[in-house]
Amino acid sequence: MAWTDICAYEDLVENSGICALFNGCQVAVFLLQQQGRQELYAIGNYDPVGGANVLSRGIVGSVGEQIVVASPLYKQHFNLSTGQCLEQPEVVLPVYAVKLQHGRVWLHAQQQKQQASAA
Amino acid sequence: MQQTKHILVIGNGMVGHHFVEQLRAKDPQANITVLCGEVRLAYDRVHLSGYFSGTSAEQLALTTEEAYQAANIQYRLNCWVEQIDRDQQLVITRQGGQFYYDKLVLATGSYAFVPPIPGNEQPHCLVYRTLQDLDAIAQSAAQSKVGVVIGGGLLGLEAANALKQLGLQTHVVEFAPQLMAVQLDQAGGQMLSQKITELGVQVHTGKATQAIVAGAECRYQLQFADGESLETDLVLFSAGIRPYDQLARSCGLAVGDRGGIVVNDQCQTSDPHIYAIGECALWQQKIFGLVAPGYQMARVVVSQLTAGGLSFTGADMSTKLKLLGVEVGSIGDAHARTPGALSYVFTDPRAQVYKKMVVSKDGKRLLGAVLVGDTSNYDSLLQYALNDMLLPKQPEQLILPAASGAAVAALTLPNSATICSCHNVAKGDIVAAMDSGCCDLASIKSCTKASTGCGGCTALLKSVVDDELKSRGVEVKNHLCEHFAYSRQELLHLVQVGGIKTFAELLSRHGQGLGCDICKPTVGSILASSWNDYVLKKPHVGLQDTNDTFLANMQKDGSYSVVPRIAGGEITAEKLLVIGQVALDFNLYTKITGGQRIDLFGARLEQLPAIWQRLVDAGFETGHAYGKSLRTVKSCVGSTWCRYGVQDSVGQAIAIENRYKGLRAPHKIKMAVSGCTRECAEAQSKDIGIIATENGWNLYVCGNGGMRPRHADLFATDLDTDTLIRYIDRILMFYIKTADRLQRTSVWLEKLDGGLEYLRQVIIDDQLGIAQELENQMAALVNTYACEWQATLDDPQALKRFRQFVNSPQPDPNIVFVEERAQIRPATAEEKRRWQQQIPVTQLSTSELPATALVEEK
Repeated sequence: MAWTDICAYEDLVENSGICALFNGCQVAVFLLQQQGRQELYAIGNYDPVGGANVLSRGIVGSVGEQIVVASPLYKQHFNLSTGQCLEQPEVVLPVYAVKLQHGRVWLHAQQQKQQASAA
Repeated sequence: MQQTKHILVIGNGMVGHHFVEQLRAKDPQANITVLCGEVRLAYDRVHLSGYFSGTSAEQLALTTEEAYQAANIQYRLNCWVEQIDRDQQLVITRQGGQFYYDKLVLATGSYAFVPPIPGNEQPHCLVYRTLQDLDAIAQSAAQSKVGVVIGGGLLGLEAANALKQLGLQTHVVEFAPQLMAVQLDQAGGQMLSQKITELGVQVHTGKATQAIVAGAECRYQLQFADGESLETDLVLFSAGIRPYDQLARSCGLAVGDRGGIVVNDQCQTSDPHIYAIGECALWQQKIFGLVAPGYQMARVVVSQLTAGGLSFTGADMSTKLKLLGVEVGSIGDAHARTPGALSYVFTDPRAQVYKKMVVSKDGKRLLGAVLVGDTSNYDSLLQYALNDMLLPKQPEQLILPAASGAAVAALTLPNSATICSCHNVAKGDIVAAMDSGCCDLASIKSCTKASTGCGGCTALLKSVVDDELKSRGVEVKNHLCEHFAYSRQELLHLVQVGGIKTFAELLSRHGQGLGCDICKPTVGSILASSWNDYVLKKPHVGLQDTNDTFLANMQKDGSYSVVPRIAGGEITAEKLLVIGQVALDFNLYTKITGGQRIDLFGARLEQLPAIWQRLVDAGFETGHAYGKSLRTVKSCVGSTWCRYGVQDSVGQAIAIENRYKGLRAPHKIKMAVSGCTRECAEAQSKDIGIIATENGWNLYVCGNGGMRPRHADLFATDLDTDTLIRYIDRILMFYIKTADRLQRTSVWLEKLDGGLEYLRQVIIDDQLGIAQELENQMAALVNTYACEWQATLDDPQALKRFRQFVNSPQPDPNIVFVEERAQIRPATAEEKRRWQQQIPVTQLSTSELPATALVEEK
């Protein structure tokens, strides 16, 4: 499967998230820009604990070495690299590959990160 | 050097085990042998009913065979003693084993008393005492539906809990006219009955069981003396205990008329080589059926055997426990039997709380207490009783609600005060442990054993440790989170002194990591309180909770609610029509809030700007229902209309709401203005409450409703409007500068050193010389106020975020409404599932999602 153009770089919000419709799924895309680093992350937008499509509206940050988003509903933290919930490790969200190219943001369905759910 | 003596212990219950443990600790050389009648070593009998709610026998165990072996303690299990030969100092077991002793310790305990009721010997008539008994009960319960406990004392209610956990329809039958007649007075017993009945256990008091015969619907029928009867499948006797004293009897030791092995203050029996401890021992005609006195006796005998001088001086029988989930406490003279004793009683029939305090004739000493439904005062009261401490002038404060200020301060306790009665740990022992290097709760617990018995003293132990640490100048950490090693107040100082304007700057100068959902909103609030920037400005937007980001309140399904400001609750008919029309046009659910305004629910993210454009055009401003900021200033109609009003409360409320609207604070702030002393605006439950007087305004501060109600304190009286506003400016700014994250004013004041009096000194007397600065800072905030929704509507960049998808105009298909009472409500998960099964999700365009779709389907 190919990379899909989602939006312009300017549509992203620094140190926060937006939500994109990708292959019929809701994907939360986060731009982390702090102290010289710039990173993009993409995980499922659906919070299975709260039962609503809200994760793109959560606060991003770090817990120890893990980069996370906190659900705005009940504040569980989800690892942005693995999709795993810190408070309930059995809950794992889909993770997507995301890249920046020619000023556009691209998404790609990514399967290999699924192994995190088996851990 | 003395030759090693052989110490033989008969019985390995909680007390017998405690004795062995203590003796081994004091004398590593002692030659100890334990004869245990049960098939396993000592286990926790106090928490026995936990066996039916998942606690295993291993978890209940107080020790293991390996531990005894490692400690070089000889033991025999399932070993019953047949005879004691005192002349030869020899014990002979049922199996024929012989054990010589130099000193013999009887810790044989007690057995459950089964009243001599005809029919009591039938197979499903059981007792509740040992783990083996519990196995038998579980077996019987598996073939039963109804269970009865005969005996409504402490153990009987524990047993009833066990039956209830086994899923039986449970009854308690008590001969006395009330439950727990030993520990509680009549009114306390009644409250307990009521609560237990509501928990599904039927209570029958004043019932004498005369016979257990075959039942019609159940296995048995209990026949009572008053002619009534009760059908049941299982009968559990818990009508008291009797000391196991047959061995002592048969070898000629002195026993009491009604049983029990007579001991002196050294716990010695009539044979100086034989001791008795625990529930088998009778001291001054008394049997002690609690574990703490048994432990005390064990320590006395250890001391006798190791040349110490301890003696037994009786024991406090106060208890605090949870029976069937109901908190019950009893201290000292619960029945007020001391001549001249006076009783204070507090009853809350709604919360079903009963508290009684028995004090001496002169009102200076606490003699006893009864607590049912709420034992939070137990620790304080017990300390007053045990240490003979002088009561406060108004002792009733100790049991009245919200009397936290009157609770005994751990610092004022004498070193002799017993903190943990199970292990007899005094405050002095804890202080000594801290002197020797223990400085956290866990190490103090393992070092002193405090709070490792029944656990009832946990809270008291923590406050003793905390206070002691504080008095030693040890810093109790109040770091905000892992990213900032500072409290909220310290961060605010860093921001204001350093002129820091962004989170990134604060983090790089004073923090680490990337921040989180705790520090980001806190810093966002500090920045807003300090500089009053637009909260959705680029560097701040990622700091805000979603409610602040989208200037609305997220609901459970991800939709939002919208609350326009209606200052003072005053609104024109035209504006009411606008709200109604907006609700109709966007199909929103409307509800009147507790703060005298109107909440509109069910707005989708992408609808928020259009809704607000309509509201702003009609002259509304944001209501900040989403922010940690001023919410509402509630008012009554005041002197303008009301026959009783003495001032214009509505006008005052509107002026105050407009002054402080948008003010970001550590937590939300609510205010109210009442036009007379009838207090229709309920100002005394608000952070800032104002009540009109003939001469001006009375100012109340730091009240709270909600989860933890607090009556506001009267701060100043008969103020003119200028002074009133000045004081409020100063108080709010002082709160913003010094409170912790998410600390309401009520808790802030309670934690403020010096409390209300100190607050008056700062605000009224300007003792810190900061009043002018506080006023200036407030003035700066008031002057820079701007409606956040107006600012957002004017900012195309900010508006871009108000859509579900960055790459599609579709709404979120997961937000689905159904109709209820002629308005929308979120569909339940089940409703959504049913609906999605009918129509494949992928085929849906969002316009096919009418709010009424599900209604028609039903």
